[in-house]
Amino acid sequence: MIAAYLVLLIPLIGIVYFALAGHRTDTGKLNIRFNGANFLATIWLAINVLNQGTIISSGKAFLIDSFNVYLIVLTAFVGLTTSIFSSPYMAHEKEIGKLTDRRLKLYYSMFQGFMLAMYLVLTTNNMGIMWVAMEGATLATVLLVSLYRTPESIEAAWKYFILCGVGIAQALFGTILLYYAAVQIGDGENALLWSVLYENAGQLNPEILEIAFVFLLIGYGTKIGLVPLHNWLPDAHSEGPTPMSAVLSGLLLNDALYAVVRNKMLVDGATDSNMAGYLMMGFGLLSFLVAAILLHRQKDIKRLFSYSSIEHMGLMTFAFGIGGPLATFAALLHMTVHSLTKSAIFVTVGHAAQLAGTQRIDQIRGLIKTQPKIGWGLLIGTIAIAGFPPFGVFTSEFLVLLATMRSYPWLAPFLLLGIGIAFAGLFRHIQPMVYGDKPEGQQAIKANLWPVTLHLALVLWLGLAIPGFLANWFSQATLLISGSMPL
Amino acid sequence: MNIGQLDFYTQAILSMAALVGLTSFLMLGQGRLLRLIFVFAMQGFLLTLTTAVAAYSLNNHHLYISAVLTFVLKVIFIPWMLRRQVMQMNMHRDIEALKNNTVVMLGGASLMVFSYYVLHPIVQSSSVVMLNALAVSLSVVLLGMLLMISHRQAIAHVVGFMSIENGLFFAAIVATNGMPMVVELGVAFDVLVAAVLFGIFFLHIRTSIDSLDVDQLNKLHEVDQ
Repeated sequence: MIAAYLVLLIPLIGIVYFALAGHRTDTGKLNIRFNGANFLATIWLAINVLNQGTIISSGKAFLIDSFNVYLIVLTAFVGLTTSIFSSPYMAHEKEIGKLTDRRLKLYYSMFQGFMLAMYLVLTTNNMGIMWVAMEGATLATVLLVSLYRTPESIEAAWKYFILCGVGIAQALFGTILLYYAAVQIGDGENALLWSVLYENAGQLNPEILEIAFVFLLIGYGTKIGLVPLHNWLPDAHSEGPTPMSAVLSGLLLNDALYAVVRNKMLVDGATDSNMAGYLMMGFGLLSFLVAAILLHRQKDIKRLFSYSSIEHMGLMTFAFGIGGPLATFAALLHMTVHSLTKSAIFVTVGHAAQLAGTQRIDQIRGLIKTQPKIGWGLLIGTIAIAGFPPFGVFTSEFLVLLATMRSYPWLAPFLLLGIGIAFAGLFRHIQPMVYGDKPEGQQAIKANLWPVTLHLALVLWLGLAIPGFLANWFSQATLLISGSMPL
Repeated sequence: MNIGQLDFYTQAILSMAALVGLTSFLMLGQGRLLRLIFVFAMQGFLLTLTTAVAAYSLNNHHLYISAVLTFVLKVIFIPWMLRRQVMQMNMHRDIEALKNNTVVMLGGASLMVFSYYVLHPIVQSSSVVMLNALAVSLSVVLLGMLLMISHRQAIAHVVGFMSIENGLFFAAIVATNGMPMVVELGVAFDVLVAAVLFGIFFLHIRTSIDSLDVDQLNKLHEVDQ
């Protein structure tokens, strides 16, 4: 259990330290160390869970089971590699005069603040605290979206703040309804604990829980970026600094989906109908198709990949909605590979944008000729995210398709159509950026691409052969969520 | 349901629900910012009162802490901060011409009916009083959203945002006698941080577009134009 406390304590120290110490030249490196230490702590936690099974802390405040522990490790890993990328990137942004020391201080402090909120969402056993931490993640990142203080970035941050704030308020109403159903059967202070709710799910009033789930899905769905609540997402991703886009896409969206799935488990336990599943399938499929179409009409490279995030989150929501062991396994795998691939892509995109001096797609040209590493990184990343074999995204998308054909065969054509449209949408933009002649005067820049290589290698590995312990882990989590083992 | 037969606490909750609902409608039709902020503070005060009554009737001490928190945050700090912004921007004489005021009010009334419709299934498992209280809370949340849609000033948006929070708080008090203490403290912390961030944002928006009219924040589009 000490490991779990350590995971929360390290970022807390980070926030305070960075806020007090101010910005120095080595702050970026220190940020890497904080995230590195936390990654080690999460590994320790994972080993504990592997040996002992589900851990509940003594005051029942924290719950670590096979479902959230792999997300915790993933969060720490993406946080670490992003901080490695962010250190030289932010230094470069300061050199070209886009940022000052004070704003960098805010950036590093809030980077740790965001990580703390993410860990708290994942580790807490209390559905109310989960909401508080989710809102905390918005509050920590909202000033980072407007870090450059351009009119566009302020507009994006305002939109992000208002839309996510109002959206997530619905989730609080859902949580209150959940609590209302829970106090009717149990004691007050413990009634919001997930472990208690889960044990007594059969006794909870199904009507109240169904209403509650609608509010919870809308609330957390705003954070997932489900259509039609997705408006803030492309703006926030494109106007903020690139490391922020990487963690927002790779971590925040996953954690919001995690919150929805936790609530779905309660609702499924209380009702006989598959209402929660159908709602998630509907919203998921709609997001998947709409985002795939919108990919075609983007002019900004970061907006392009934000829509791709919405598309993939839609697919995961859809897969969790189908339920069943195969679909759940696929969704868990997809969460992992999407998070790894998308953060790698945002890192590459950040370098590409610095290279070209703009984020506009029609002005980024000839990346392979200027700097082959960045060009190939972007190309391979896009191939991976579009779902080409042998990358992991292919495996998980294939499994989702398989599960759909088994349970709802008439929905399979829609999935195939969406995958096709998204593929075309990505490549019509990527192809001229990567190939083609380089514009005059475009110079290679200092770029650190080994986080990208590492992420993509992992995704490739997951596509070729999922290592035994990881497969076992996913199976345990699937058992927990869907009630039976996959395959 | 005969009002006279209910105990004092239930009667108090019902009247409070009615008054909180009324303040939401008052805010909806208000074009003057200072009055809007005043009504918002009134709503906060009603919440404090509700919490105190609940704490007294149920003999629940942690609700007194919630009552104090609500009073400090929603009656003093947030209205004070917003009022200061209005004065600094010299907007206290402006009257925002609300488009389609009648339609907005009618929309508000339909939202209230809609709230009763959505929450009707819970009557089976609890009292009619609970339905009233929860439905009013939900309609305060929805009216807060409508307020944000119908007003153009950033300050009005913040008032709407915070009144959504009021609706949620009211639901938590009357339906469940307050959330567990840790959660309530966490929510109060979030509200406080949000209020401070709004203050920072006003500054940024003012330096960026020289006004707090959010209709001018229109540079970003879903697809290219």
